Amino acid sequence: MVRTTNRHFKFDWITIILFFLLVGFGWLNILSASHTGTDISYFDVSQPYGKQLIFILLTFGLIILLLAIDAKFYERFSSIIYIIAMISLVGLFIFGKNVNGATSWYAFGGMTLQPSEFAKTATALAVAKYLSDLNTNINSLKDQIQTFIIILIPAVLVLLQNDTGSTIVYMAFFFVLYREGLPKYYLTIGISIIILAVLSLKFGYIFSSIITAVFVVGYHFLSKKKLRIYQSIFIIIAAIAISFGVKFFYQSILKPHQQDRISLWLRLETDPDKLEKMKQTFAYNLNESEKAISSGGFTGRGFMEGTRTTGKFVPEQHTDYIFSTVGEEWGFLGSAFVVIVFVLLLLRILHLAEIQKSQFSRAYGYGVASIIFIHFLVNIGMVMGLIPTIGIPLPLFSYGGSGLWAFTILIFIFIKLDSNRINEW
Amino acid sequence: MRQLLLFISIIAVGILFLSRLFYLQVYNASVHNLFEDNAIRKVYDYPKRGFVYDRDGELLVANQPSYDVMVIPREVEPLDTLEFCSLLKIDKKKFIDTYKKAYRYSPRLPSVFVSHLSKEDYAVLQEKMRKFEGFYIQKRSLRHYQTTIGANVLGDIGEVNNAIINRDPYYRMGDLIGKQGVEASYEKTLRGVKGIKFIQKDRFNRNIGPYKNGEFDTIPEQGKDITITIDAQLQAYGELLMKNKRGGVIAIEPSTGEILAMIAAPTYDPNLLVGRQRSKNFTRLLRDTIAKPLFNRSIQGVYEPGSPFKLMNALIALEENVLNVTDKVTCYKGYKYGNSFMKCHCNYGARNDLITGIQKSCNAYFATAYRKILDNNGSATDGINAWSKHAKSFGLGKFLNNDLYVGQKGRIPDRDYYKRIYPKTFYSTYTISNAIGQGEVATTPIQLANMTAAIANRGHFFTPHIIKNIEGETLPEKFTKPKYTTISKQHFEPVIEGMLQVYKKGTAASLQVKDIDICGKTGTVENYAIIDSVKTQLTDHSIFVAFAPKDDPKIAIAVFVENGYWGSRFAGKVASLLIEKHIKGYITRTDLEEWLLKHSLENEYAKPYSGEPFKINGETSMQIVDEQEYYQLKKKLNQINKSQ
Repeated sequence: MVRTTNRHFKFDWITIILFFLLVGFGWLNILSASHTGTDISYFDVSQPYGKQLIFILLTFGLIILLLAIDAKFYERFSSIIYIIAMISLVGLFIFGKNVNGATSWYAFGGMTLQPSEFAKTATALAVAKYLSDLNTNINSLKDQIQTFIIILIPAVLVLLQNDTGSTIVYMAFFFVLYREGLPKYYLTIGISIIILAVLSLKFGYIFSSIITAVFVVGYHFLSKKKLRIYQSIFIIIAAIAISFGVKFFYQSILKPHQQDRISLWLRLETDPDKLEKMKQTFAYNLNESEKAISSGGFTGRGFMEGTRTTGKFVPEQHTDYIFSTVGEEWGFLGSAFVVIVFVLLLLRILHLAEIQKSQFSRAYGYGVASIIFIHFLVNIGMVMGLIPTIGIPLPLFSYGGSGLWAFTILIFIFIKLDSNRINEW
Repeated sequence: MRQLLLFISIIAVGILFLSRLFYLQVYNASVHNLFEDNAIRKVYDYPKRGFVYDRDGELLVANQPSYDVMVIPREVEPLDTLEFCSLLKIDKKKFIDTYKKAYRYSPRLPSVFVSHLSKEDYAVLQEKMRKFEGFYIQKRSLRHYQTTIGANVLGDIGEVNNAIINRDPYYRMGDLIGKQGVEASYEKTLRGVKGIKFIQKDRFNRNIGPYKNGEFDTIPEQGKDITITIDAQLQAYGELLMKNKRGGVIAIEPSTGEILAMIAAPTYDPNLLVGRQRSKNFTRLLRDTIAKPLFNRSIQGVYEPGSPFKLMNALIALEENVLNVTDKVTCYKGYKYGNSFMKCHCNYGARNDLITGIQKSCNAYFATAYRKILDNNGSATDGINAWSKHAKSFGLGKFLNNDLYVGQKGRIPDRDYYKRIYPKTFYSTYTISNAIGQGEVATTPIQLANMTAAIANRGHFFTPHIIKNIEGETLPEKFTKPKYTTISKQHFEPVIEGMLQVYKKGTAASLQVKDIDICGKTGTVENYAIIDSVKTQLTDHSIFVAFAPKDDPKIAIAVFVENGYWGSRFAGKVASLLIEKHIKGYITRTDLEEWLLKHSLENEYAKPYSGEPFKINGETSMQIVDEQEYYQLKKKLNQINKSQ
């Protein structure tokens, strides 16, 4: 790690290099996924790859601006940034433009802007600010609730705009809160609910209830810390209630297309005819993207050589499904490279966050890592069929100016904060 | 501890993703094959199939365009079946059945949906084809026969079946392949190599452009034209003469082994096996198990050769030095051996030497000769093995190994062959029928013609073949190098003299042709059929072999006419006329010609199936064709003569 007192080299260059590695490789794949015909004019703004190239070049200006601003500005103005972001989200209900069923865009002439992308950064700042406040005690229920409210406002707003994907991203803040002292039972309960939900959907509520009972009884006999009888009974009843609740939620609240996605994910459907039908309807994207990735083999078909990419078999391939291009054209080697670079970037940010002296910087750094992690998990998981289909871009990789800039801002604010950590203040 | 949650999550997800990638891309990777890739459309470019010319350069087979509707079941979208069916002129049931069949073959690969559209149907359909996704039109080239003769020679082309596709990956569903005749034996030469274009599709099944700029595309290689050895005139004339008869005729040019004519009767018009009616017609021909028009009697028909085989025995007797040319054998209206007697039509006490023996076809003479061959060789076992070896050196009893698509070995027995019947003792009398070309000896017309050619050449032959020339290729050595028989050259002259006498004053004296010295030999072969489990004798087969002219042979010929009775009655006439036609180019023996056109053997062929008792040979009267048919045949004859 290069770290000198020289002003120009105090930024964490490893993060910056990893950042540009992803942006650069991402653009190559956007080019491959979106070009048509044989002649490529790189700055053709009517083509996604041309537009994206311009966004990338403009990113340099943005980075210089972000790094030039005093580090204290971000902490001091975090509340105002948050409020502006929330207003811009609310404004969508009045001025928003509907694209693909989600009212998430402002349109300025030919350009569109997606405020929800920026709202994640604003929320990360606000959460960090609130947690680092000396008056905040995360162990108190009141402060917990206040923190949840900060997170829930943008989450609910984007959900109302029909952007389920972005809502799920706000789950990332659980990692931040947990790191900053949220009681452990939140984690226990959260994980238990997820396991119970999956079990009861896949095997039915009777099975999941029995599993819980066995688990509780086992715990009772094996663990030194004995549960009281009423505690055990409460847990079992709660488990049954959750199982029923999940079933009810799945059958009555979720929309049919969401039910289908979950049903496909958990392999609930066994009738081959219906599966075949799924593959041709809502699971078409997933099916095509898995096929594209599979056809890449170990070394891939080569840059701009993928027949499924060239033939545009995977819809939305340059945005949410960009990873299938990597899979087809760069094979296992290229895909593993992308996964590893992401993991390195995440671990690097995590490491930097841990060594921060100020709680604000650390909490914000955790926010950055968590947000990118959830995107990474959900997007690549979805493209490879590990997670139900949720529309969410791959950070720094997918086509989209708002996304690219939002992540640039997210990451470079942290780089700026990090560069400032040795300064006394 | 609290620091670890996100850290572990990141590592875990990273490992999970890498495993999933490994599973998808390495463990479960589909082997990449452009032909299996449904993002790539494969468009085949079929080359022109080579033309077929006869030895004089007359075009026999050319091409005509044809259009097939193809289907790729997986790409089919819901469509207006009513409209589609009416465009294709099929009913809905046929539509469903064909679709299911195609799906069973492969959902991904194209199958033929409807083959051989007419040009009119194609024109209408082409306009509307875009509406029917998953279907497309494939242009192919069908055969266009310029003639109605030579179906058994030329053969036909038809769609490949699954067995062929599995055997040879070159062929795809709907491709055409030579099925019989020269189309089959010269398939690779005639077909060329089809070209292929790989075209990148998008998910809406539209073409985007050539895959990798056509890097993998191949240009079709044109099929080569071939010239066959058949003389179309002679072939047409022979087929006409064989009308209303069954049998096979082969004419060979002795100096080259080229097959001048290969006639199988009954035959059919090769045009029947072209186009949309092909399968209907083919089934009809195939189901005619009585006349068997698809059975090429000239090369597949195995018959006892009868008296022409006496020539063989004469040659072997001379070579084995068991008889001299001048040795005389007395005929007692037959030949007595043990308690048995072989009849002969010589006068009682007639004394024949080799030449008169051939001339009169004396059974007693050849029975004597045969026994001497077997007995003067130490033992009958050694004798028959030597005899068998000599006969086989003429190409009898084994495959000729030539370029005809089908063939039969025939049979020339040796001691091993008889081991099953006579395991211990073996005497020459046991197999005495071989002396007169009956018993266990069996040959095809082409083998007998080849034997005659070898006699004409005085001891060697060229493997009979059908190919005369392939554009830019030389013929294989096996067709251009003579094969020598085991009989010394000097022994042929007396046998040939005997054959000449057959024409001059012997059994074929009535068939002489002015100015041509023809050497021939008649044959009359008893034959039997099993009718209602009873072995029943039918009218004898009429057989004839001949070559001419004696000193510079231009043609050697073998004629088999089933149930034609004695040799010169049908077969001899056909042989003489074909020889005259080939050598002179015109016919002086128009009496023979007319006789053959007028006489039919159809009544003879109907007898075994009539279910009633019937008479044979001399006790029957011959069927005369009716006026109208005779007129038609005469008209055809005039056409053949005129076109010369």
